[in-house]
Amino acid sequence: MELSSADWSAIALTLRLATTVTVVLLLLGTPIAWWLARTRSRLKGPIEAIVALPLVLPPSVLGFYLLVGMGPNGPVGQVTQALGLGTLPFTFAGLVVGSVIYSLPFVVQPIQNAFQAIGPGPLEAAATLRANPWQRFVWVAVPMARRGFLTGAVLGFAHTVGEFGVVLMIGGNIPNQTRVVSVQIYDHVEALQYSQAHWLAGILLVFSFAVLLLVYGLQHQRQRAGLNLGV
Amino acid sequence: MSAASQPNRASHSFPAIKSGNAPAGIQAQFDLTLPSKRDSGFRLAVDFSVPGSGVTAIFGPSGCGKTTLLRCIAGLQKTEHGSLVVNGETWHDRERCLAAHERPIGYVFQEANLFPHLSARGNLDFAIRRAATPLSEAHVKHLIELMDIAHLLEQRPDQLSGGERQRVAIARALLVNPKLLLMDEPLAALDNRRKQDILPFLETLQSELELPILYVTHSLDEVARLADHLLLMEAGTIAARGPLSEVLSRTDLPIDLGDDSGAVLGGTITERDEQWQLARIDLGGAQLWVRDSGEAIGATVRVRILARDVSLTRTASDQSSILNRLPVTVRSIEQDRDKALALVSLVLPSEATLEGAENKEVENKHKAGNSRCLLARISQRSVHDLNLQPGDQIWVQIKSVAILR
Repeated sequence: MELSSADWSAIALTLRLATTVTVVLLLLGTPIAWWLARTRSRLKGPIEAIVALPLVLPPSVLGFYLLVGMGPNGPVGQVTQALGLGTLPFTFAGLVVGSVIYSLPFVVQPIQNAFQAIGPGPLEAAATLRANPWQRFVWVAVPMARRGFLTGAVLGFAHTVGEFGVVLMIGGNIPNQTRVVSVQIYDHVEALQYSQAHWLAGILLVFSFAVLLLVYGLQHQRQRAGLNLGV
Repeated sequence: MSAASQPNRASHSFPAIKSGNAPAGIQAQFDLTLPSKRDSGFRLAVDFSVPGSGVTAIFGPSGCGKTTLLRCIAGLQKTEHGSLVVNGETWHDRERCLAAHERPIGYVFQEANLFPHLSARGNLDFAIRRAATPLSEAHVKHLIELMDIAHLLEQRPDQLSGGERQRVAIARALLVNPKLLLMDEPLAALDNRRKQDILPFLETLQSELELPILYVTHSLDEVARLADHLLLMEAGTIAARGPLSEVLSRTDLPIDLGDDSGAVLGGTITERDEQWQLARIDLGGAQLWVRDSGEAIGATVRVRILARDVSLTRTASDQSSILNRLPVTVRSIEQDRDKALALVSLVLPSEATLEGAENKEVENKHKAGNSRCLLARISQRSVHDLNLQPGDQIWVQIKSVAILR
């Protein structure tokens, strides 16, 4: 193996970051997705747009605002300082916050679609079977939307592994803190260490392909299930 | 369906379902406008009461608000102005409105609405776990047998046929141990054969459980077979209501039933004629001969006599192929929607005591059939030629009698 200990620590950090971000995203994204799937509020459109922003915004723009906002003079920075947490940029926690925002649509949208696909029927049936709103959510909506959760989790994880721009803007390049694989590849290339860059890049390529294969596999399975139901 | 195939009634009782001492009846009043429907908005404005036992059919053309009314009663449709009292319990009034999951109802949807991620057994368990008063294991087993789904329990909903799904859904609604069963066109999504498969199950339910049922349908056949009481809806309002046979024998219904016009009567099999394969039904005085379909002597049956199958004569001529000739009194004569036709309401001869009336269950079962009226749909010219007047004593000839059960 041509991987150095710095490469391995970048891989470990990346996995730690992606796992943390995926867990946070599932906890945060599920209520947002549920609300978006069910609401008739006028706020639905604006909230959907905000959630989807990272899809179209250059990572550098997002990273720039996060850097400013979480910096010593930014509103978020003021709050974190007042709480005695210091400032978030160039820390692992800052990277988690940035990645959560950046990957939000990749988790919210599949879950929201899955919730919407349930339709009112099963939930109304559950209500007539004396299930209260919380029980309807836990025992009917979540299990029926499980593929959406799986797709969202896989996409959120993979997208966090693959991000670069936001990390560079707010994370910098601190070993074991913020130096993730994508940044490490960048460093190798800068230092003309192409062979090591190849190894890491190859790993990311295979990983990304495998993830997409899994997601599309899941979707095809769902379509087949849908057809069976329709007959 | 023969009486012998019915499950044994004596061995099972349903203490949890039997009504208490509270005043019986369902009093409902709703007024709401649905903005989401097409056009300027659909308005439902109803104020009625129906008995708190037996099957009440909510019948009317598509789009008349039947389902919306049922959803209001279930608490699935939000209504600002409404009140609902079911057998003495207030579910909805000015101060409060119970959410759907707080109402002791069972609801059977047009589509079975089974949870696709659970097996049939999982669907039933969902209800059993949440029953207000837990049902005994024997009771659960009995309901599963009643719906004949014991062999389907490990299947997933997408592996079941439409009729099987609906039977599981009915069992599921009953297993939550409701005080009121709401059924929204439970047969509408099924083809004709599956309907015929499920109807006997519904009839068994109706006769076996002491559970008030509100049954939404646009099929008069289902009404005739199942209902004791009828709520006729039109354009978001109640057009007529009352005991089934009484409403059906009215000549002034605001809804044109056309060829479906006819009387539904209850009776008892009193004699079987082996030689001619006929059975005699006593309608409480009047006797009918019908094709013998295997019912035992003493069995109670419900018959439907369509108005178009009834003709009128001034004399009791016995030179005819028609088996059933009865003396009747003309009650009223109304112009039909069809200008060439008239609807004639006729009163059958009565007897002081009803046969089998000492059996309360039998009486209960056929309380819908205790109106003593027939309906005839004849030409205006015949009315003129026979010079028919209310109060006249004449004869009817009945060409066809359908035994509903």
